[in-house]
Amino acid sequence: MSYLRPTSWAEALAARAEYPEAVVVAGGTDVMVEINFGRLHPSALLDLSRVGELRALGREDGHVRVGSGVTYQSIMRDLPGELPGLAAAARTVGSPPIRNRGTIGGNLGSASPAGDCHPPLLACGAEVEIASVHTSRTTPVADFFVGPKRSVLGPDELIAAVWVPAATGPQTFSKVGSRNAMVIAICSFALALHPDVGRVGTGIGSAGPVPLRARAAEQFLEGHLGETGAWESRPRLGDAVVDEFARLVAGAAQPIDDVRGSADYRRHALGVVARRSLMWCWDEFRGGRP
Amino acid sequence: MDTITTVGTRGRVGEATPRIDGEPKVTGAFAYASDLHREGMLFGATLRSQVAYARIHSVDTSGAAATPGVVAVMLGSDVPGKNRFGLNFFDQPVLAEDVVRYSGEPIAILAASTPGIARQAIGRIAVELEELPGVYDMEKALAPDAPRLHEFGNVLRHVHIVHGEPDTAEADVWVDGYYETAMQDQAALGPEAGLAVPAEDGGVDLYVATQWLHVDREQIAPCLGLPEDKVRLHLAGVGGAFGSREDIHMQIHACMLALRTGRPVKFSYGREESFHGHVHRHPSRIWMRHGANRDGRLVTLDVRLMFDGGAYASSSPAVVGNAASMAAGPYEIPNVRIEGTVVYTNNPPCGAMRGFGAPQVCFAHEAQMDKLARALSLDPVELRLRNAVSTGSVLPTGQVVTGAAPVRELIERCVAIPLPEPEPDRGRDLMHYPGGAGNVTHGEGIRRGVGLAVGYKNVAFSEGFDDSATARVTLARTPDGPEAEIHTAAVEMGQGLYTFLTQVVRTELEIDRVELHAIDTLIGGAGSTSASRQSTMAGGAVQMACAAVREALYGRARARTASVPPGAELALGDGWVTCDGAPLVELGDLLDEPVSCEAVYHHRPTGNLDENGQGDIHVSFAFAAERAVVEVDEDLGLVRVLQVAAAIDVGRVLNPLGLTGQIEGATAQGLGLGLMEEVQLRDGVISNPSFTDYLIPTILDMPPVVSVAVEDPEPGAPYGLKGIGESPTIVATAAVVAALRDATGRELNRAPVTPDELVGLRGPATTSGPPPIPEVPGQKSVPFYFGMSSGQQKIM
Ligand SMILES: Cc1cc2nc3c(=O)[nH]c(=O)nc-3n(C[C@H](O)[C@H](O)[C@H](O)COP(=O)(O)OP(=O)(O)OC[C@H]3O[C@@H](n4cnc5c(N)ncnc54)[C@H](O)[C@@H]3O)c2cc1C
Repeated sequence: MSYLRPTSWAEALAARAEYPEAVVVAGGTDVMVEINFGRLHPSALLDLSRVGELRALGREDGHVRVGSGVTYQSIMRDLPGELPGLAAAARTVGSPPIRNRGTIGGNLGSASPAGDCHPPLLACGAEVEIASVHTSRTTPVADFFVGPKRSVLGPDELIAAVWVPAATGPQTFSKVGSRNAMVIAICSFALALHPDVGRVGTGIGSAGPVPLRARAAEQFLEGHLGETGAWESRPRLGDAVVDEFARLVAGAAQPIDDVRGSADYRRHALGVVARRSLMWCWDEFRGGRP
Repeated sequence: MDTITTVGTRGRVGEATPRIDGEPKVTGAFAYASDLHREGMLFGATLRSQVAYARIHSVDTSGAAATPGVVAVMLGSDVPGKNRFGLNFFDQPVLAEDVVRYSGEPIAILAASTPGIARQAIGRIAVELEELPGVYDMEKALAPDAPRLHEFGNVLRHVHIVHGEPDTAEADVWVDGYYETAMQDQAALGPEAGLAVPAEDGGVDLYVATQWLHVDREQIAPCLGLPEDKVRLHLAGVGGAFGSREDIHMQIHACMLALRTGRPVKFSYGREESFHGHVHRHPSRIWMRHGANRDGRLVTLDVRLMFDGGAYASSSPAVVGNAASMAAGPYEIPNVRIEGTVVYTNNPPCGAMRGFGAPQVCFAHEAQMDKLARALSLDPVELRLRNAVSTGSVLPTGQVVTGAAPVRELIERCVAIPLPEPEPDRGRDLMHYPGGAGNVTHGEGIRRGVGLAVGYKNVAFSEGFDDSATARVTLARTPDGPEAEIHTAAVEMGQGLYTFLTQVVRTELEIDRVELHAIDTLIGGAGSTSASRQSTMAGGAVQMACAAVREALYGRARARTASVPPGAELALGDGWVTCDGAPLVELGDLLDEPVSCEAVYHHRPTGNLDENGQGDIHVSFAFAAERAVVEVDEDLGLVRVLQVAAAIDVGRVLNPLGLTGQIEGATAQGLGLGLMEEVQLRDGVISNPSFTDYLIPTILDMPPVVSVAVEDPEPGAPYGLKGIGESPTIVATAAVVAALRDATGRELNRAPVTPDELVGLRGPATTSGPPPIPEVPGQKSVPFYFGMSSGQQKIM
């Protein structure tokens, strides 16, 4: 097995182009498990952990550019104010060793429907910056996933960074699992309120072949908040509104029965966390109004 | 070679003594079996069946054998001796030849120069199988038209116990219940591993992580066609066991390949293979009907229980014997009928796991006690107190409890432990909510519940087994003073046995320096480290050997000093032999030659069950009570356990540190079965053989355990001790689920409880009533009546 360890982004892209069969490894928390399970037999490894550029955080035009090599630990520490949804998701990941090594780029690279970064990235309307030696492109996260563990990433491409709009309103992330830590989501849900543009963002994890948006729920709530002037007056939300939102979120899921949980439970639990998420975010947005 | 030799200098019996293996284990210096290494060794791998039940038409090994680096490939037909082993009966093939009976059953083994080549070559063995309709449901195994999995049918053992007049007893209040528990994995952190080294005498030395060296050898030698003295076992570092290492896994495979190739061969399972490579806790189905008087006195009990033994016997006959004989719980009930069956199915074999049949019945009888308390409008604590056994009580087997049985005190001390402080619903640290790190509630939907469970477990082997233990203690002079060495075949698997044995020697010989000889079969057997027995058994043997050493020292002292008056009392103290309290001679002066004495400890003999299931079958009992406090998010069905309060019957505290460790660990394992641990099966195939999907509790799932040790010395046991490795596990599952019932008002008759059930999306486990009682020749295992020899009986 050959082992490539570029020390700059340019070298990394060149190596990617030259060895398209090489398996890219960032934190290795997915790749090493696959190798140990004998599900992956790479002829070459392309290790990105020495590419310093990938660990950088940048700010531009109201966006945070999160380098693909940024770890969960760094997201929790450095971004709770600007990207509260993503930071909340990072907090739920694995255990301290996993959060110290695992990266956002690796989470996207694995493209698991259960990846915990995905729902908040969907809810925030994030974009993935993808590069090869020749080109660079950005893709909305919603278009990034094409199937279970499959993404639009080409064989010569690397994930450079994720562009996430800085929060303009409350955001939250909830992960339902049958143990209180170190658990793969039975289902998960992210909500982001964007009061500046009157938009609502959602993301559903582990309840479909790919991470999903609950578009009908978003539109319903956007419609209600817009029509009633609620973004300005910030009234309490009636039960009927919260219930309908929760129902639409649950309805957007495409869950299956598996060893972690049943489809029925997933749908039910999504309804519950959608309702609670909306209450938390809206209460925060109301800022202690009676 | 990697041995486990340690010198400790601190701690007598009863004192908080740090583990002699603690520091090397914490720093990573300790060599576990997976760390075994020999120059030039080969790596073994196993081809296992992917289907549960099939006829083998052909196995083509040519592709594997032709793989560069592969040195030997072996099949069932290559087993040099007999191709059968087993703990209770030799019913399990070393390598399947004609039929596979469970998914994961070994079919072929090979040895290669690297683990990678070995794994790859396994994929090049072509097996032609014809799948057969299998039996995956324990009740269906009893059906007349069910496929017969063994020549003696599908019933492995049926135990029938009748005491008093259960058929005619009358009661004021009746309570019925049906309960299920799932298959649990022992989840020892160190997967199975070992290294076989061929010896010049044509024999083999096997270094292996096991629970019982001698019973391994009993099974290995006949398969290798070697006399026992040519098969020498040495204990390698054991990374936990909990019952999973009582059975053979890679032992015979490694020896076969080592003898075939003339080279050392190592096997080291990964996690997934470990799930297939060892037995699990039996799934159970239990029907119970209790009758009580209005004053809360139990009058009668009817129990039907079924255990799924899986494809081979392992120790299932003993497990169902335990479960049946203890199904009434630690309560006096004058009229009892218990019918307990364990069957063969095409599920993975089940066998020993911490509690050995007792956790399943405790889950059922404790749920019944709560139901009964409700039916009687009686406080559940009071109901238990009124019926608790005590010394002199008669059990359903007619056995009289002769030892310590402080059950009432356990219950009272347990419920007297203060409940956890109330916490505000809102504004807590996330980790203090159900769902923990997941951020799913900020106080919404939370309900609190409290549950109590009382249970018991037999100590040591039952039903006529004489599971003795041998130990040798050698006292010698060293430049640092007199030093004792303990030689035993007893296995330390993380519970602190070796530390305790050194405490025994320090206490008995009044010296500081104690060393442990490498653990091997060059000395007599010590029996299994299981059944809460090894502190009693190996501890007793070491204590006896020390007594003999002491007598030998007194003899030497008398011979050396003419001044000992007849009738004077000799004793040991501070490195001296003293005479009537005055120093007589220094130990060092008596040790020109070391003193070395061996002793064998036997527990009191036990009997068998007669045709009515009556008999003095158990040696003694360890009791426990635990109270769990939980919070449930009733909308999501997620759980936080806030506290477990434990009162444990310990006989005598030997090492307070070790005691705390055992209570907490055992509680965690019981909590796991209550909340999340389940080996899931689909047509006999394990669908979650990894720690990604088979969840065990993390530190965030474990509450503080507040424990009290109730000391009521066991007559006849060394230092009055009782083993406590199992009793907290038995009650933890029942207590946690009882607390969940209290919090939700739901029936929750199956462990583990799932979030679906807690929110009501899935109802309780259902039954169409107990299955018919199978006809069997007698109380013993059915294969016994077919002339099958028993593995264990012979060694005893
Ligand atoms: C014990 C444990 C617990 C875990 N818990 C969680 C959890 O709670 N939630 C969760 O979401 N995940 C969890 N994971 C999975 C894993 O940690 C995450 O998916 C993590 O984000 C992977 O990041 P990594 O840097 O380690 O990726 P790697 O393993 O290095 O790579 C993962 C994949 O991404 C590709 N890749 C990596 N970087 C790039 C790049 N820059 N460009 C293109 N492709 C790339 C790799 O080729 C590979 O296919 C857990 C894993 C373990 C072992």
